[in-house]
Amino acid sequence: MRIGAPKESAAGEARVAMTPQSARDLQKLGYECLIEKGAGEKAGFTDAAYQEAGVKVVTGANLWKEADIVAKVQPPSEAEAKKLKEGQTLISFFWPAQNGALMETAKAQGANVIAMDMVPRISRAQKMDALSSMANIAGYRAVIEAGNNFGRFFTGQITAAGKVPPAKVLVIGAGVAGLAAIGTATSLGAITYAFDVRPEVAEQIESMGAQFVYLDFEETSQDGAATGGYAAPSSPEFREKQLEKFRELAPEVDIVITTALIPGRDAPVLWTQDMVEAMKPGSVIVDLAAERGGNCELTVKDQKIVTDNGVTIVGYTDFPSRMATQSSLLYSTNVRHMMTDLTPAKDGQVVHNMEDDVIRGATVTHGGDITWPPPPPKVPAIAAQPKKDKPKELTVEERRAKEKADFADATKRQVTLLVVGAAVMLMIGAYAPESFMSHFIVFALACFVGFQVIWNVSHALHTPLMAVTNAISGIIVVGALLQIGASSLLVVLLSFVGVLIASINIVGGFQVTRRMLAMFQKS
Amino acid sequence: MLSNGLVSAAYIAASVLFILSLGGLSNQESAKRAVWYGIAGMAVAVLATVLAPGVQNLWLIVVAIAAGAFAGQYVAGRVQMTEMPQLVAALHSFVGLAAVFIGLNADIMLSAVNEMKAQGVNMFAADLTAFGETLWHKDPTEVAILKVEVFLGIFIGAVTFTGSIVAFGKLAGKIDGKPKKLMLPSDESPVPFISGHWLNAISLALCLILGLLYFNGAGIWTMVLVALIAGFIGWHLIMGIGGADMPVVVSMLNSYSGWAAAAIGFTLGNDLLIVTGALVGSSGAILSYIMCKAMNRHFVSVILGGFGGTQGPAQDIEGEQIAIDADGVAAALNEADSVIIVPGYGMAVAQAQQSVSELTRKLRAQGKEVRFAIHPVAGRLPGHMNVLLAEAKVPYDIVLEMDEINDDFPKTDVVIVIGSNDIVNPAAQDDPNSPIAGMPVLEVWKAKQVFVSKRGQGTGYSGIENPLFYKENTRMFYGDAKASLDNLMPKID
Repeated sequence: MRIGAPKESAAGEARVAMTPQSARDLQKLGYECLIEKGAGEKAGFTDAAYQEAGVKVVTGANLWKEADIVAKVQPPSEAEAKKLKEGQTLISFFWPAQNGALMETAKAQGANVIAMDMVPRISRAQKMDALSSMANIAGYRAVIEAGNNFGRFFTGQITAAGKVPPAKVLVIGAGVAGLAAIGTATSLGAITYAFDVRPEVAEQIESMGAQFVYLDFEETSQDGAATGGYAAPSSPEFREKQLEKFRELAPEVDIVITTALIPGRDAPVLWTQDMVEAMKPGSVIVDLAAERGGNCELTVKDQKIVTDNGVTIVGYTDFPSRMATQSSLLYSTNVRHMMTDLTPAKDGQVVHNMEDDVIRGATVTHGGDITWPPPPPKVPAIAAQPKKDKPKELTVEERRAKEKADFADATKRQVTLLVVGAAVMLMIGAYAPESFMSHFIVFALACFVGFQVIWNVSHALHTPLMAVTNAISGIIVVGALLQIGASSLLVVLLSFVGVLIASINIVGGFQVTRRMLAMFQKS
Repeated sequence: MLSNGLVSAAYIAASVLFILSLGGLSNQESAKRAVWYGIAGMAVAVLATVLAPGVQNLWLIVVAIAAGAFAGQYVAGRVQMTEMPQLVAALHSFVGLAAVFIGLNADIMLSAVNEMKAQGVNMFAADLTAFGETLWHKDPTEVAILKVEVFLGIFIGAVTFTGSIVAFGKLAGKIDGKPKKLMLPSDESPVPFISGHWLNAISLALCLILGLLYFNGAGIWTMVLVALIAGFIGWHLIMGIGGADMPVVVSMLNSYSGWAAAAIGFTLGNDLLIVTGALVGSSGAILSYIMCKAMNRHFVSVILGGFGGTQGPAQDIEGEQIAIDADGVAAALNEADSVIIVPGYGMAVAQAQQSVSELTRKLRAQGKEVRFAIHPVAGRLPGHMNVLLAEAKVPYDIVLEMDEINDDFPKTDVVIVIGSNDIVNPAAQDDPNSPIAGMPVLEVWKAKQVFVSKRGQGTGYSGIENPLFYKENTRMFYGDAKASLDNLMPKID
């Protein structure tokens, strides 16, 4: 089958859905590749480079006619949609929720449309998640754009010519774009704060080097896992609290990058006019949600404006397109991965398997039917987070009471032991002769001393301790020494052996201990 | 010749020195002094005893001590540090045997003295040793107590003797490490009455009966029999304990040897023996207790052998063990900032401590944080790993205990597990049916990446599967620990 990428018709769109690199990979899948003349020019890929990669360069009209699969970046224009043939497959961003009429046209033409923006967010589909790969670029570019419009360094410096304070960056919304922005801003040296309504992303924010702006608010926050990894709309009270926090931060921050979007909804207004007015002159706001109305009240779509108090508001919606080479490379790879899934046999034949979660989810029209919205995926996108129970903090009184109880318990135990011990001693004392008791006192005391001393031995020294006690237990030699002078030959013989082996034990034990201890050293 | 008073003074000095010696082991620096206290104490004790009144056959003593000292010096000087556990176990057996001999001697001398008393021989004409004189003065009650003491000394001594020999055999690999109990024919019948614990119990009862006979005037043959049967108990008891519990066993035998010495001390009326025996006995007991606690095992079930009863089947393990080669490990190590090494018995077996030390030096030279996590029961002796690492000159301030380091694993980039298994088994926490459930373990799986250096896919000493090996962030680095590390070394830059 043939796969072709036309030149993007949308104004200012510089990306292209096929690169020489992706074309090579597509050919390995068994496809023949076509490209419209000059389609890759703005992204830095010449027709010659395509030809070298084995791609046939054709005119626009021919491409729509010849290709069985058309790969695009932007949704097709009405005119383009009309060119679709029955059985032809279109792969592009499609935004089916907003483009109902376009969907009808595609259905009428009998084409199969795969919307790259509808790829479900499951691990298996990450390689074709074009939204993420584009958001990543947008986040990076947002910081670069902000830097371009910001009159100072990002990083703080103390130079002979004076001290430069570091820039303070606030990133609102820690999705893919937000995290990319955080990473870029911190690596440029800015002090970065980040906010998100999902408290579970605090860890990700901190891992990128930013400080999470905590809201002191108790809400039964919905688990991000339940909404496919996106944030859920928040309650009005929460929103109030959030704006209050932003108002507090507005005079401090130099750069605000807003990325808060929930799929299928208008962008929530998070940075109101009074916040803009509270900002220092020269500050920059980059609104990545401008496409859908903007997170900032004053944002003008596709424009850069400067407010009366000297705050620059960037409302561009084409950040990925501004880095066309990079984004074309990533997008074409996403498309190529989609094709890999569509071509299980690697024979250049598309198998549109509607049982597959990913393909089903992304397919908007198929076989003359509208198949949007898709049923929920069979595999949950993200494992639900187990609810964490915080260990209960004890109040001072409770802790004191607990300590008291513990102390009483310990005392009780010790006293019981002492009483029992004393009773046993008395029993023994009542029957045993005095000569025994005098030895017994010594014995009991020695046991006690032994217990007290050994508790303090550090763990690392347990082996030397064992060796030393082993050596010391050779004291039994004293017993043999006391008997060796007896008149009975047998006794002499036995005690001789006793002295001999006890001596081995003593000398061997001490020697080994010495060797062991000599090895311990400090670094 | 010293007077009795001087001898007692010397004994007091020796006792104090012994206590200082044990107390000095509370940290590494004072420990070096502690061992000299011990040596001094022993020297004082032996000299005082030899020079005390009533000690004869001096030349025999000199010969025996000289020969013993030479043999001890020779063995201890030549032994490899990895063979230390065996040596300590072997040395314990000597104390046990000596206790048996001394106990038998005491009885022989008692009979001799009684005979002379019966014949009306004058005490001064009898040419007695100091001990003999003590015996001469004993009244009937004291003699009865003496008999109990003799019985205890011989019994404990014999158990220690054979038990230590078995422990030595198991540690040295001369006897199979698996728990074994004697099987009598009736064991196969539905009513398993006379096996394992019952055999021990019967033997013990037999000893007690013989003891009673002896107490009531039967001859020395009862004591010889007690020694033999107690020897059997010691052998059978330790045979029934698995290799993984050997650290507890060795320290328990250590304790027994102390109690044997104390019992003999009572027999001979010698306070120094009592004090020292009690010190050793109690220290061994505490050490065993500490170790049992570290393994979350009941002392009794360790001593009687075999794991306590577990209910239900163990959890099934999903996934597979993924192998990795030296290049992969080296790459991860070069990337890592913090590394924790968890050594186990496998490191001792492979004699890999020098290689581990070399690896540590290299990694530290690159400014990486390298630390060691030591589980209380790693190896076959308490503190076994510390000793091996110390031998390889790993600085002891980067060698940390389980409690000190367990919370740091989540912040660690790479963990290398070298030849340990059960002490890093997550089943202890996750699987209530696991035989080691509840045992505190090193939480290595919380680190970003874990490499396990291991000889093959076999199980650990407790014979259970380790889910760690199947975890996603675990890679198996198969091969002999030393060979693997030596392979790895040149690849670290």
